[in-house]
Amino acid sequence: MTTGFPGRELRLEGSTRPLAALYSRNAKAVIARGLLATRSSNGLVLVSGFFEPVLYLLSMGIGLGALVGELDGPDGRPISYAAYIAPALLAVSAMNGAVYDSTWNVFFKMNFAKLYQGMLYTSLGPLDVAIGEIFLALLRGALYATGFTTVMALMGLLTTPVALLMIPVSVVIAFGFASFGMAITSFMKTFQQMEWVNFVMLPMFLFSATFYPLSVYPQGIQWFIQALPLWHGVELLRQISVASFGPATLIHLGYFVIMIAVGMLLTTLRLRKLFLK
Amino acid sequence: MISAQRLSKHYGDFRAVDGISFDVPAGEAFGLLGPNGAGKSTTMRMIGGVSQRTSGQLTIMGLDPEEHGPEVRAHLGVVPQQDNLDEELRVRDNLIVYGRYFGLPMSYLGPKADELLEFAQLTDKASAKVDALSGGMKRRLTIARSLINEPRILLLDEPTTGLDPQARHILWDRLFRLKEAGVTLILTTHYMDEAEQLCDRLVVVDKGQIMAEGSPAQLIRDHSTREVLELRFGSERNTTVAAELQGIGERLEPLPDRVLIYARDGEAALEEVSARGLKPLTSLVRRSSLEDVFLRLTGRSLVD
Repeated sequence: MTTGFPGRELRLEGSTRPLAALYSRNAKAVIARGLLATRSSNGLVLVSGFFEPVLYLLSMGIGLGALVGELDGPDGRPISYAAYIAPALLAVSAMNGAVYDSTWNVFFKMNFAKLYQGMLYTSLGPLDVAIGEIFLALLRGALYATGFTTVMALMGLLTTPVALLMIPVSVVIAFGFASFGMAITSFMKTFQQMEWVNFVMLPMFLFSATFYPLSVYPQGIQWFIQALPLWHGVELLRQISVASFGPATLIHLGYFVIMIAVGMLLTTLRLRKLFLK
Repeated sequence: MISAQRLSKHYGDFRAVDGISFDVPAGEAFGLLGPNGAGKSTTMRMIGGVSQRTSGQLTIMGLDPEEHGPEVRAHLGVVPQQDNLDEELRVRDNLIVYGRYFGLPMSYLGPKADELLEFAQLTDKASAKVDALSGGMKRRLTIARSLINEPRILLLDEPTTGLDPQARHILWDRLFRLKEAGVTLILTTHYMDEAEQLCDRLVVVDKGQIMAEGSPAQLIRDHSTREVLELRFGSERNTTVAAELQGIGERLEPLPDRVLIYARDGEAALEEVSARGLKPLTSLVRRSSLEDVFLRLTGRSLVD
């Protein structure tokens, strides 16, 4: 060993930087670790996350689409059923991926793999870990969105280059869900409680105007659905897919900006509860 | 280097750590000795700044680890009770990636990782998967990993639990070398021999409180006799025969499986036992150990 400090006391200065207790500006090390771990593990998990929405699109879009025929698109012009549900499925996939990564994945790495336990005994603070994990979740989401949009193009569902904006915007949607998901995970202590996450997500997936227009519901239920994040994601991507923008577009986007801000604030406030007990 | 004043950690009504105070100067090997659940690991976690104390003062290298966790931990190496190696990474990558968490550059980490693999006798396992390693190898890798940032303070939580004797001796040798290099060691253990081998000074902890403090030799001197006579009369008779042994040695400790007689001269005590016409199945004279100190202080043995 080359180490040697014969019995000298060391006194540290102590930084006065804000968040010095929680953050060491080194989230990139967490990201580098995630990329290395993904490279050395089998890519099966990655692939399954890509295929899920594609399978929905094929079965529902082509199968059900044959029965349904055409619907009115966001701009009033008729579009095929597949073109109607494809942006919605992209929003759902952004939600599912982000929520899975920020809840189950974080919960598992925290309580079972003890990965964070090791990380947090280094210079890393909990905010470094949170930012790193969220970034990785978004990177994965961006990959899926690119893949799914490619499939849409191959199926002839893209009619305008503007539709490519769905890729970055679905990352914004994923960010909203991931930042909130991590905050929620800080309240979870058991697997049973984690099941509640699925219990909320499945109905949100089925009822957020994913497969049919919101107008089928009575007014009260419409308001309720409109308060939920997934509906805003579905509408936003659907509008982008046909390049039909209006004041509502800004409202949908604004919803996610606020969701990200509140989610990150809550996550930061709950970091000690999440990582330090 | 470390100063704790009336340090406490409560979980609801449970007092895991209940007002302990100690100071550790630079370069010392300091031990926390106690049974499972005594509060040793919780104390370690508070030193690392990953557990928030309920009350009391704690400074590490002049800083509060709760307020300056990342800065304090930059000079800390931690070997947790359970290995938490990154199972998704290979052996050498475990060291490199861990070093990156400290923000260390690759130009430093490459040679350092190789040096540590050498130190841990894992050079030929560099590109092996972690789950292919034996328990002793994983432990050595965990210790190697804790040294990647050349820490001033090394926290070792039950470093040799679950290892075979040979692996333990290799580890002790490695820890000795670190101590010689001036690293401050904080060690928890429930093994007496480990504490006696490695610690300059230790505290005996039970139920979150410090029962005694001193060097191993000093603790034995203060709380036990020089020698101990262990007698076994068979599990039925150990307690009943205790009455007939009264007055031999300085103190008598009847346990379910054996009777301990604390005496300055164990052989003389054994002769006296024979003189009273008692014939134990086995007898053993040995020197007092920290186990006896612990038994004396808490009325319980260390390993349940």
